[in-house]
Amino acid sequence: MRCAGIDIGSRTVKLAVLERGRLVLSRKSVTTYNPLQTACDLIRDAAFDTITATGYGRHLIKGHIDCPVISEIKAFAVGARFFSRDCRSILDIGGQDTKAISLDEEGNMSKFEMNDKCAAGTGRFLEVMATALGFTLEEFSSAALSAEKAVKINSMCTVFAESEVISLTTQGAARNEVALGIHRAIVSRSVALMKRIAPPGNVFFAGGVALNGCVRSLIESELDRRLFVPEDPQIVGAVGAAMSTG
Amino acid sequence: MSDYTQMWSSLGLDLKAHDALLSVLGGAYTDIFLSQKNRPEGMKYFDFVMSEVHGLRIKELMDAKAQGRKVIGSYCVFVPEELILAVDGVSVGLCAGAEFNFEGAETVLPRNTCALIKSAFGFKLGRVCPYLEASDVVVGENTCDGKKKSYEILGKLVNDLYVMDLPQMKSETGRALLKEEYRKFIKKLEDVSGKKVTTESLQKGIDIVNAKRNAMKRLAEIRSADPAPISGLDALLVNQVYFYDDPVRFTESVNKLCDELEERVKKGIGVYPNGAPRVIVSGCPMAVPNWKLPMVIESSNAVIVGEESCVGERGARWLTEAKGGTVDSLLDQITDRYFQVECAIFTPNPSRVDYVKQMAKKLGAKGIIHYSLQFCQPYIVESGIAEKELEGAGIPTLRLETDYSQEDAGQLKTRVEAFIERINKK
Repeated sequence: MRCAGIDIGSRTVKLAVLERGRLVLSRKSVTTYNPLQTACDLIRDAAFDTITATGYGRHLIKGHIDCPVISEIKAFAVGARFFSRDCRSILDIGGQDTKAISLDEEGNMSKFEMNDKCAAGTGRFLEVMATALGFTLEEFSSAALSAEKAVKINSMCTVFAESEVISLTTQGAARNEVALGIHRAIVSRSVALMKRIAPPGNVFFAGGVALNGCVRSLIESELDRRLFVPEDPQIVGAVGAAMSTG
Repeated sequence: MSDYTQMWSSLGLDLKAHDALLSVLGGAYTDIFLSQKNRPEGMKYFDFVMSEVHGLRIKELMDAKAQGRKVIGSYCVFVPEELILAVDGVSVGLCAGAEFNFEGAETVLPRNTCALIKSAFGFKLGRVCPYLEASDVVVGENTCDGKKKSYEILGKLVNDLYVMDLPQMKSETGRALLKEEYRKFIKKLEDVSGKKVTTESLQKGIDIVNAKRNAMKRLAEIRSADPAPISGLDALLVNQVYFYDDPVRFTESVNKLCDELEERVKKGIGVYPNGAPRVIVSGCPMAVPNWKLPMVIESSNAVIVGEESCVGERGARWLTEAKGGTVDSLLDQITDRYFQVECAIFTPNPSRVDYVKQMAKKLGAKGIIHYSLQFCQPYIVESGIAEKELEGAGIPTLRLETDYSQEDAGQLKTRVEAFIERINKK
């Protein structure tokens, strides 16, 4: 039996197919202005027996194909255990949401916290700031890692922070130090969410932002805990959706 | 529906804006309320009230005014309806729950003001609320900082604004202050109405309001049944109509609804399947037409079985023990009654969380959804305290902060669905 999960996120659509407990297919695509079409394209030639939807666009696809839906919080809670059997705490930083989730010993969700309704401190925030500084996302992370000190960014609103970054660069601040400041700002947000729910042990880090090396190392030092990042941190929600029916 | 245009014009309403508001309201009502399945017959009365909320009910107010009765509008459950009835006045709630004319409100208020206050100003400046325009006296009260400071501005916009001070601590001096403020309010009511508050008239007011609150208590208790005989949305609507309707007719209608609901419980009839996840909503008030969060919750297949809110149990659950023989002794009883209200403006306010725990037990709720309006400091600060204590007592709690706009509907739905997935497992 092949169980599929589709995670329609605000920036990326992800598809995962599991067969006998193994991940046999994973695909990703940029969400675009038409998430339903993107999702349909992604699943068109994939072979599966069941499919479960999650993510920001989960109810959209439900109107198109009859499938169960689960929240992305549950999807991450379930999916994390596929990659890490005993994890108790999960941090997911996606395109427009940041989630901190704690699990009990059996893997049931025992508490979750999310960012405020705006995109402050999420992947989208990083994207906008990288563009403002003229970096690609990869360059952005390595530039920040190369800085010896950080310029403090005070604003967490994506729009205000962009003005702040522009004003700092016109004052001659070093680009890599501003980059580190931005990474520090988003990490402090996520760490505060994690500390609110405070589950023990290693932290399972998922979502697109987990691909950013600077964010990873800052979180590890701020939380003083080891991070576990799966090989493809973006696929965790889709895997969780697939598992929820399997 | 009759043509009320002339009445609305005479009240100085902006007819075009008012029509637009009514059409949005009507559309939302159809989508949210009338589309529900298996509603109790008794809700038809409340549907009718809502369909005539700016029509027939306003006409009744105008008729009462023509007979020399005064209409007293207020924004808070600390303003005693008993006292208003004791001078044969009509009490109406003015709290507004729609994102209407916020740009107008923001010409006089900071942007970072809670939606409840902004909405009241939007309605006033946009001239679309016939209740406000029909009020002979508008009563403000010193609850939160946002409200008390904005009354300074509202005072310039309405004919007769009367501001009542309120205590912030449940101390002896706090109680004395409340009683004194109520005494001053009686004086104000006597002055505008030309009628005296007597033991008989006050006793009568107390009896009417007690009967109304008893009916609400009865409704609240019936909701402990599983399957739930009435949706949370419908029960919230009854709690909202509480503030507008004629109290005697309202009481009869609620009791009639309760008769029907008790029959449903006996037969095991519900609006949601047996065992559907049950939650309580606790926090800020939800004024008409603020149905956003209950709609998100109940469209996620959970059922709301109680509201710990001013528009809910916090407003209605206590009765006034009327047994004194003088106006002063009755005033003592009224003060004791209102002094129990567990508003977050009080510090500390531990009995509120205790009561939420009791409600969860009594109503068989599996979780609490704490609802704060953005920028409402008292409830937002208290939500952290409440969450810690409730989770500590094994009651899952979700804290939400939102406003009247629809822009965060998606984010709210994600949080609510995840919370329901969480409580469903236990």
